[in-house]
Amino acid sequence: MTSSELSTEAVLDAERRRHSLLAIADRYLTWVTTPLLILAFIGLWKLYIVVFNVSPFMLPPPEAVGKSLLELMSQPFFWNYFRITVTEIVSGFAIAVVIGAVLGVLLGKLKLFERIASPFIVASQVTPKVALMPLFLLWMGFGMQSKIAMVVLLSFFPVMKSTILGVRSISPEQRDLFTVIQAPGWKRVWSLDIPAVLPYLLTGVETASVLAVTGAIVGEYLGGNEGLGAMVVMTLNAMRVDQMFATIVALACFGFIFYALIASIRKVAVPWHDSAQQP
Amino acid sequence: MTVAPMADVPDPTRPSPALSGSIQIENVTKVYQSRGQRTVGVENINLAIEPGEFVVLIGRSGCGKSTLLRTLAGLQPPTTGRIRINEKSLYQDDGRIVPRVIGDLGFVFQDANLLPWRSVWKNIALPLEVQKVPKEKRRLRAEQLAELAGLKEFLDHLPKALSGGMRQRVAIMRALAAEPSILLMDEPFSALDAITRDELNLALQDIWLRYRKTVVLVTHSITEAAFLADRIVLLSPHPGRVQRIIPVPFERPRPLSITKSVEFQALVSELRVELGE
Repeated sequence: MTSSELSTEAVLDAERRRHSLLAIADRYLTWVTTPLLILAFIGLWKLYIVVFNVSPFMLPPPEAVGKSLLELMSQPFFWNYFRITVTEIVSGFAIAVVIGAVLGVLLGKLKLFERIASPFIVASQVTPKVALMPLFLLWMGFGMQSKIAMVVLLSFFPVMKSTILGVRSISPEQRDLFTVIQAPGWKRVWSLDIPAVLPYLLTGVETASVLAVTGAIVGEYLGGNEGLGAMVVMTLNAMRVDQMFATIVALACFGFIFYALIASIRKVAVPWHDSAQQP
Repeated sequence: MTVAPMADVPDPTRPSPALSGSIQIENVTKVYQSRGQRTVGVENINLAIEPGEFVVLIGRSGCGKSTLLRTLAGLQPPTTGRIRINEKSLYQDDGRIVPRVIGDLGFVFQDANLLPWRSVWKNIALPLEVQKVPKEKRRLRAEQLAELAGLKEFLDHLPKALSGGMRQRVAIMRALAAEPSILLMDEPFSALDAITRDELNLALQDIWLRYRKTVVLVTHSITEAAFLADRIVLLSPHPGRVQRIIPVPFERPRPLSITKSVEFQALVSELRVELGE
């Protein structure tokens, strides 16, 4: 082996090592950047309060919020509220997904049905939905039902819209293929309609998971004495801004976990689709 | 019919009379009605295709060659006239297809038309699922076909991992999976580059020589038509009619180099003149 070959080998080796290091760095990038950015955010928050001497009634310092959060979490009523809000979010979300998917399939398949129904569905969306909350309270009372109704109203639309797109994404050639192989109806549904619609449906479901959290909180703001959304209002009225922030942090954490869970379905359900390739 | 082993290639010069796969097209006219406008797709087509014959339909755009093929595939009934596959009518009087008759057809689409969520083997085996073939047998059959197509190591890959030519090979194998006696191909190689196209033309000839399916292939490539066909059916446009039927006498298997021969070039020129190019 000559010295030039050796050096080529060495260069290649170094290159390979550099690449594998880059791959590892790339893979764990967000594990490092996310905590760092959160820390930086908290640091800036604290710095702002110190430098501008902000009153804790306006903006409590991060350590006070953290302390309040721990305090709240040690109390059973917090977990009761948490359970109520989560129940509203999850059940409303589930109902919205079913309604959205069923309507989406109907509207996607039947052009006539879409033409007839679409003005009303669009109207239901351009109406400021939050303004309907008092009506829901009137009809369904201050319990969970009125909030679940708000969650459903807010979150079925993206599911329906994306399902329609999914149904339309099936090409005439794909349908022809199933005709040529003489596939019966159930086979078309199982092997063509469902797999083709699924990636689209999931996009709508992800959006719905975000809106579901909003729906429950808005519902509780406007009409409720239970749940985390109501607690935000109560803590503010009690001038406990630190507790209010703590509640919002708790809500944000739940919303994040909920969304992450829903979004992770994609990798399992439609690994073949380009949308599942993102990290 | 089972998969023939390599050594069992029939005499390529003469189709076996015992094979099924005949097509009779009798006075077929297809008229489209849309918004009060009548468009005649094809008019009064008569054509008899022998079992094991390789027929190429060629013509300018608007000559109804794809319309005719779709009618043969059971995708749209003719307005008038009759199509018989193996002596049996493909369509009932009300325009619905006769299931048992269409079972003898395989269709290859223009752009492979694979299902992107299915792996290669599951795409190939799709027609067998409809026929309720058990899974192990489906897998075995897909393996055999993938080997024939040179795609054995890609059985568990998704279509998006394959090149255009490989995808079209998979599509051909899917069409063959249920062992039909007739293969209908709608411009199967038109989206491919010239080199891949030559490769697939050769591969298709090999498959045809081995299995002696009846093939009806639509193309707009004169060279492809002359290279592959036993008979070239020229269709004239507006409305689509049979303009001329030209037999292609070259011996099989035809090498790619045949396209450089004087006889081949003469045939190509003749076709050009007929097509008015």
